[in-house]
Order: sequence, then C-alpha cells, then structure tokens
Amino acid sequence: MSSDNLPTNSGSEIVANNIGKTFGAGPFAKEVVKDCSFTIESNKLTVMIGPSGCGKSSIIQLIAGFEQPTSGEITIGGRPVSGPGKDRLVLFQESALFPWMTTWDNVMYGPRARGEAGKEAVEQAEFLLAKVGLEAFRDKYPAQLSGGMQRRAELARAMINKPEVMILDEPFRGLDHMSKELMWEYYAALFEEDRNTNFFITTDIDEAIFLADRLLIMTNLPTSTRSVIEIDIPRPRVIEDITNNDRANEIKTEVMTLLHEEAMKSFTGGSQAAADFLEAYSKRAG
Amino acid sequence: MNINKLKKKIPGRATLRGVTAIVVFIIIWELGARSEELFGYRFPFLGLVPAPSSVFVSWAQLIGDPSYWSSWYMSFLRVFGGFLAAMIIGIPLGLFMAVNRTFYGMAFPSFEVLRPIPPLAWVPASIIFWPTQELSIAFVTFLGAFYTIVINVLGGARSINKQFLQAAQSMGATQWDIFRRIILPATLPSIVVGSAVGMGITWEVVVAAEMISGGGSDGGGAGGGLGFFIWSSYVGGSYEQIIVGMISIGIAGYFSSELLRQLGGYLTPWLKSR
Repeated sequence: MSSDNLPTNSGSEIVANNIGKTFGAGPFAKEVVKDCSFTIESNKLTVMIGPSGCGKSSIIQLIAGFEQPTSGEITIGGRPVSGPGKDRLVLFQESALFPWMTTWDNVMYGPRARGEAGKEAVEQAEFLLAKVGLEAFRDKYPAQLSGGMQRRAELARAMINKPEVMILDEPFRGLDHMSKELMWEYYAALFEEDRNTNFFITTDIDEAIFLADRLLIMTNLPTSTRSVIEIDIPRPRVIEDITNNDRANEIKTEVMTLLHEEAMKSFTGGSQAAADFLEAYSKRAG
Repeated sequence: MNINKLKKKIPGRATLRGVTAIVVFIIIWELGARSEELFGYRFPFLGLVPAPSSVFVSWAQLIGDPSYWSSWYMSFLRVFGGFLAAMIIGIPLGLFMAVNRTFYGMAFPSFEVLRPIPPLAWVPASIIFWPTQELSIAFVTFLGAFYTIVINVLGGARSINKQFLQAAQSMGATQWDIFRRIILPATLPSIVVGSAVGMGITWEVVVAAEMISGGGSDGGGAGGGLGFFIWSSYVGGSYEQIIVGMISIGIAGYFSSELLRQLGGYLTPWLKSR
C-alpha cells in the first residue's frame, strides 16, 4: 500500500540476483530455476523467451511474490520482494477475469477491494473501458466476451491499479493469429503511451521481437539466463518490421539458433536414441 | 432478434413434448389397469394397480379434505425446516473446512465416518435422543441434505482457480474481501448444485421417516405428512390413495426443485450467459 505514495515510473527496476527455486522436497524435489540472474530495466518492455515448460511461469510467481525463491533474492527498486503487492500486477496465461462479475465490476475490483472506489476510480474505469474499446460490453459477463476482448478487459482491470510493473505471462496464447497481431499492435501502443516497466513472457519469437526493448533468452530446465539481446528496431513498429526487416531477421536467426539448442537439450532429455539423432542432425546441419 | 425468437419457441415445444409423454403414459396405465375387463387378460404389474381414473376420483374427493392438505403442509414444513437447517449449518461448515487447514484436519475425518451412515439408520437413535417425535423427524431430514451440501461446498471452494485468488491478492484485496467477493461467488454454483441434490434426498428421507415414526406426535392423520398418508392408506386398504400420495410427493418434490432452480439461476446469473 505504501507504494501509492511513490512517484510512478521510478525505482521499479527489478533485479534477480542468483535466484533458485526448487518445488517439493526429497525424492520429489524438482529444481525449476537455478543460478538465474537478470535485470528488468525501468520503463522498458522486457520480454523473456524460452522453450515451453522451462520454468518461465515460475519466475513470474517469484517476481509477483506468490512464491519465495529457495535461494538468491529479487529486488524491486532496491526493496526485496516479500509478498504480492499492487505495485506488480500479473496477467495470467488463461483469463483470470472473475466469471461472476461483469466487465465493469471486474475493472472496478481493485479500487473496491482497497476501499478506493470513489468518483475518481469510476472516471478512470470509464476512461480505461473506452480505451480498450469495451464501453458497449460493460455489463457483459466474461463468458460473453471473445478471447481478445477478455484480454483487453483484463488489461483494463490491471491498469486501473496503476502498477509500477506489469507482468504478462503469455497473455496472447490461444488467440487466433489475426487477433494476436492486433493485440500486439494494441498492447505496444498502450506501452508506448506511458512507458511503464513491463515484463512479458512468451514462447513466440515474432511476438518477442515485435514487442521487446530487451529480450532475455532462457535456458532449458532448470532455467537461467542464456543471453540478452537489445532489440533496436525503432518504435512504433508495424507487423512488416518483423517480416521484411533485415535487422529483425538477423535477431530472429540468432534467437532461433539459441532456442533450438535449448529445445534440443530438452528433447534428448537423457535418451540415447534422441542424442544420436541430435548428433547426426548437427553433422548434417554443419 | 432471431435467436431470441427461437429461444422463446423452444420451451413451448419442450412443454408440448412433456405433456404428450404424460398423456401417453396415463393412457397406457389406464389400459393396463383395466386390462382384465377390456382384454380378459390381466397385464403383469399394471393389472394390479388402481386405474388413473379411479385415482383421479379419489383425489378429487381428497381435494376438499383438510387432513390431506395438512399432510402436504406437514411434509413441506419438515422438508424446508430440515433443509434450511442443513444450509445454515452446512454452507459455513463447508466453507470453513475449505479455507482453514487446521479445522479441515480436525473435522474432515469424523465427517467422512459419519457421512456414509444413511439418514434412516439415524431414526431409532434420534427418536431416543430428541425429546419430541417431530424433532427426530426434522433431524433425520436435516441429515439427508446436510452431508451433500457440505461435501459440495467443500469441493467447490477447494477447486477455485488459484489465479483468481492470486489476481485478487495482487490488486491489494484483504482476506475478508477475497472471501466475500471471490471464494463465496466462486462456490455459489456448487452450493446451488449441492442444494438441489440435497433437496431431493430430503424428500426421500422425510417420507421414510414419517412412515417409520408413525407420522409425528399429533396422532391420527392430522400431523402425519405425506409419508404417513401413504402408509395409513396402505394399512386402511385404500390403494387409490396410495397412488394419490405418491403423485403428491412427486409434485411436491418438483415444486421444491423448481423453486431451488429459480433461486439458483437468480443467484448465479453469469452461468446463464454461456
């Protein structure tokens, strides 16, 4: 709650310092994150990409404060993360809109829950609903909205809380290709408007390159940072920037090579046959 | 617009089908019951049952009889009394078990040992430890709905999508607000389902309890309820009245469930929108 008094857009840099996370204990222990360090810089859109199932969502749980790291530390603007807070809001993979609330009630949830549902919050909610183009759907339940609308309603629900950091866990997964591209442009425009600190997780390379200021490429399980690429394609970007752009293709090749290596590691997973295949494959490729 | 028109038509057609089925059923029953005089051969089972026409006559006579209506009244009173008590105790108990691990650890094992005991097995014990027969019937009726409601509420509240809780938490909601505006509405559909199932069991139990206990303390038919009404008709040899009693319970149960459905639909409007 004290974060209300802090000026936004400052001191929201997130630093993960040598963090590790193991779920379970004894013979069932599973190490998901290991010796992982990275920085999510203030006022930038940082995208994290890695093979699916590599532990990216666990990192979100740690940053959001829903889980505590087994080792290491995460700080936000120098303050260690000790639990969830409204300075960091998470948009989950699947819609987490409350099905029993209308669009309007969903958007107003945060202010109401904190007892701040005054005139200002109502105006802000109206403004945000207009911004995400859902004024006409304010009295509909989530089940009556399309996938893209649900994501936009969720963005509005998060933005009304004015978080210093927005954390998005594969938010556009499952949308059809057209809606996905529209959502990229839409989300990028929203980001460019106020340039808050955004942390975005994906497995989609095009999505990553289209959106990111900085791209964190993760290793396979247990995950850590493999490489960091600054995406220096000027904004505002259009879809052609990631298809007919030499710089974008260069980055794409680099990312694909790294991800392919990581994906292959998980593919072999200790199997001799798969390892043989990988060896033969790499010879042929060479 | 077109979809709305279509929606209005569908219940009409469904009602028509329902009515047709009932009419056909009554005709077959009538023919079966009169099979001996009509065909010279008595149909198995149906041939032994009073014909719907004579049941109807017997029913028409009963319509003006206050003791018949008092049977309805007594059974309804017991069903809704037991059912309401089961909701008032069962819903908070289920929710509390779901949110408090310590309490869950303490309460759940005993609950699971008691749950398989059929409510009717409680009849003798409850006659012993409740001061009046009325209370022992009410108690057995209560048990009928209680376990189902608790188990549904518990299951519903424990299977809430974790992301709903995390989302609420990260928006700065207090524990109380999460309970009131997330856990409670998320559990409502399970509460509605549990209540509907519980209501059905309540009717089963009340009728059996009335038969076993002799229909309550007031003596005679007056305090009896529909279960006792059936039993005394059987003892008195009025087979038409047995059928009247059975159909009455069917209708009473239907109205009770319909009431719950309406109430449930009103409480969970978001489910209709799918």
